[in-house]
Amino acid sequence: MNNLIAKSKPVSSALALAKASSGPSWLGLVGGVVCVAWLLVALFGPWLAPHPVGEVVSDNIFEGFSLTHPFGTDYLGRDMLSRVLVGARFTVGLALVAALLASTFGTGCALLSVVSPKWLDEIISRIMDAFISIPSKMLALIMVSAFGSSVTLLICTAVISYIPGSFRVARSVAVNIEALEYVQVARTRGERRLYVACMEILPNMLNPVLTDLGLRFGYIVLLLSGMSFLGLGVQPPDADLGSLVRENIGGLNQGALAIIIPALAIGTLTISVNLLIDYLSSRRSRRTGGH
Amino acid sequence: MTELIRVEDLRVVAGDERGEVEIVKGVSFSLKKGEVLALIGESGSGKTTIALALLGYARRGCRLSGGVVQVGEHDMLALSEQQLQGLRGNRVSYIAQSAAAAFNPAKRLIDQVVEGALIHGLGDRAELQAKAIGLFRDLALPGPERIGQRYPHQVSGGQLQRVMAAMALISDPLLVVLDEPTTALDVTTQIDVLRAFKRVVRERGTTAVYVSHDLAVVAQMADQIVVLNGGQILEQSATAPLLKKPSHEYTRSLLAAARPDTTIRPPCGIAEDVPLLTISGLTAGYGNKNMQGMPSIRVLEDIDLTVRRGQAIGVIGESGSGKSTLARVVAGLLTPALGGLTFDGQPLGGSLSERTPEQFRRIQMVFQNADTALNPMHSVATILSRPLKMYFGLKGAALQTRIDELLDLVRLPRAMAERRPNELSGGQKQRVNLARALAAKPDLILCDEVTSALDTVVGAAILELLRDLRQQLGVSYLFISHDISTVRALCDDIVVMYSGHKVQAGSRQSFAEPPFHPYTDLLIHSVPELRQGWLETCGTACDALPTVGERANVPELCTFLNRCPVRIDGLCNRTAPSRRTLDNGGEILCHHDSAQLLNTQQGVTTMTLGAYA
Repeated sequence: MNNLIAKSKPVSSALALAKASSGPSWLGLVGGVVCVAWLLVALFGPWLAPHPVGEVVSDNIFEGFSLTHPFGTDYLGRDMLSRVLVGARFTVGLALVAALLASTFGTGCALLSVVSPKWLDEIISRIMDAFISIPSKMLALIMVSAFGSSVTLLICTAVISYIPGSFRVARSVAVNIEALEYVQVARTRGERRLYVACMEILPNMLNPVLTDLGLRFGYIVLLLSGMSFLGLGVQPPDADLGSLVRENIGGLNQGALAIIIPALAIGTLTISVNLLIDYLSSRRSRRTGGH
Repeated sequence: MTELIRVEDLRVVAGDERGEVEIVKGVSFSLKKGEVLALIGESGSGKTTIALALLGYARRGCRLSGGVVQVGEHDMLALSEQQLQGLRGNRVSYIAQSAAAAFNPAKRLIDQVVEGALIHGLGDRAELQAKAIGLFRDLALPGPERIGQRYPHQVSGGQLQRVMAAMALISDPLLVVLDEPTTALDVTTQIDVLRAFKRVVRERGTTAVYVSHDLAVVAQMADQIVVLNGGQILEQSATAPLLKKPSHEYTRSLLAAARPDTTIRPPCGIAEDVPLLTISGLTAGYGNKNMQGMPSIRVLEDIDLTVRRGQAIGVIGESGSGKSTLARVVAGLLTPALGGLTFDGQPLGGSLSERTPEQFRRIQMVFQNADTALNPMHSVATILSRPLKMYFGLKGAALQTRIDELLDLVRLPRAMAERRPNELSGGQKQRVNLARALAAKPDLILCDEVTSALDTVVGAAILELLRDLRQQLGVSYLFISHDISTVRALCDDIVVMYSGHKVQAGSRQSFAEPPFHPYTDLLIHSVPELRQGWLETCGTACDALPTVGERANVPELCTFLNRCPVRIDGLCNRTAPSRRTLDNGGEILCHHDSAQLLNTQQGVTTMTLGAYA
């Protein structure tokens, strides 16, 4: 105990506070702006694209920056700007849908298992444990080789891979909240299980669940991009950001914009989502002063 | 004699994004060598902040902004962090409230006790270990030579607190800061720890600052008392005059709140002779069930209890006595293994699914910890409206009126309805908690340590509110507490529990004078009294207990056998005790009868009676 005090670092409180108060909001703003930008691109990208996605517009491949082609051209001489604008819809859309589904389903199962009798909890938990033992890449490869690649299949694969993780996180949070006295009070008031789960437990576990959603979104973008990179994801002539990287891998030694731009796009997307979610959950916890 | 500690115009500020607030506003006091000074006040009064400032330490977000803190030859505020590290755990040391959280569970006690002194280079390991064993002996720890070889989870809470004292004293510090060291302990354990502390402090001439909210504890330990509120000193004097003639209004309210049973009395004539809740032969526990359906850890054994309509029954006992489990069983959160519950003539189901909505409404529970008993995401209005909608189907204006009524009933301003729990103080939260229970218009409220987490003054106000509500609404209480004086202030009948057994039950009057069950006797006399010298003269001396032979293999043997000062060899360790009625109407589970108990308890009680009268 004495050591604990003796060794604690001096806190220059004013500085630490300034950092704590301005840090997340500034980063959160950046994250928010980038996220919104990507969402808009995903929604309106295809209409904004100056050229059709598959059209060869230039004789030069791996062209650099120019006014006609701001992001240069790809390995066939197609306009890179158009391809990114269209490709973003696949990456953002697929990942968002998959992450939301995985998180909703995982959290739902977690709430169900926490408020239900012990035997049902055991069954759900063991099934999830069985799923969690399958590596997500392996599962995705097997699914694609068995059923062929399609958008629905990709979403299903990502959802199945990421439900168990989301379930585990949500369940551990929900179990702790379930033991708190306000939940016990609600139970002794004779509340139904659905009310206890949705009104008493769920609002208090949104912070960790949202953070988890952000993480899952990042993982799914990477999984889908990885699949596309292997040629098993979105099929040509459509392309998501991952397949754009793969297609243009030939330009790597020239440092072509065609490979840098989609790689940067994946990076900014995943990082900005996490910044935004961190900011949102820290603001929520500050406002409620709770957990 | 010169002053060892001098604090002058100490100021501490706490900052957040909205700016800085001064939480200690110019505090000055001084202390001579070998004296004990007590800092007393409610939570938020700045007492711990001041105590930590004596170590030159400010908690995160706080800053020591001005003044002088002189400890011996050191000016604590002028030293660098590195120099302070050399002093802490060496010349100044600290004993924290929660010993369990202060020890590393993976290391032996002796290694942790000498660790600080080793780091400061105060001797070699063998020498320090010998010194630690000496300290263990002075602190009356059992088996001082061997206890150091144990791990923290292998000793009791009270012993761990004393080991922490040894850790603080091993460097012979100039100053020891004790921060609420006995608050988390049971009264019966607290008395041993206080005795041990007092002995080492006196024998070694240690200078100490004792932080506490309990005036009665402080009265035993301190030479000087500083009463704090809102970061300012309200009153400062030697212990005796402060207890006799407090000059400040706040000190007087502290003195009054310390023993609520001297100012608050339960209302008379409310209890009707109609049983509301009957518990018969109740056995319950936790863990896996065996072949007979008995849980592996039995917490309650064969409990019989009747709560009459309008009656308040107090259940007291130390931690682990099963008193909270009793409330959980009545609330339906734990299914009993044996025995049954009857509520207003109807059988009451053991689990929640067997109960009717009407039974849910009529039994309400109020928990100890208002922080976790209110959902932080719901506003006060939402919290109160849920039972109103659920049980009575109220809507719109009727709902709003009823919420306002409830807030009036618990004496909270109506504007509070829009706030969230984290915007309320501890006492306000507990009032909302009560209002939620009252919203159901219940017949029985289970109160589980409702005042324990509150400051004494706030707790006394809640007790007063509970008493008035009972008078107004005629509700029954099953009031669970570890503090006999709160129970006496509110309840008509009292039940004493010890390790899952009901060892004594009787009216409030039967607890006023002996005979008592030996455990009740210990419990009553362990509650510190508001006078100096109580600790030395109180009845529960740590004399050697009468020796008894081996326990017979009878499962129903008296559970208090190991601690009982009047146990009889050949009887208590051979046969199970029976329930018997005392002359004053109380019922006990003991081998002794009224006359025998009276004989052993009379001597010490005449003296303490005065303090309670």
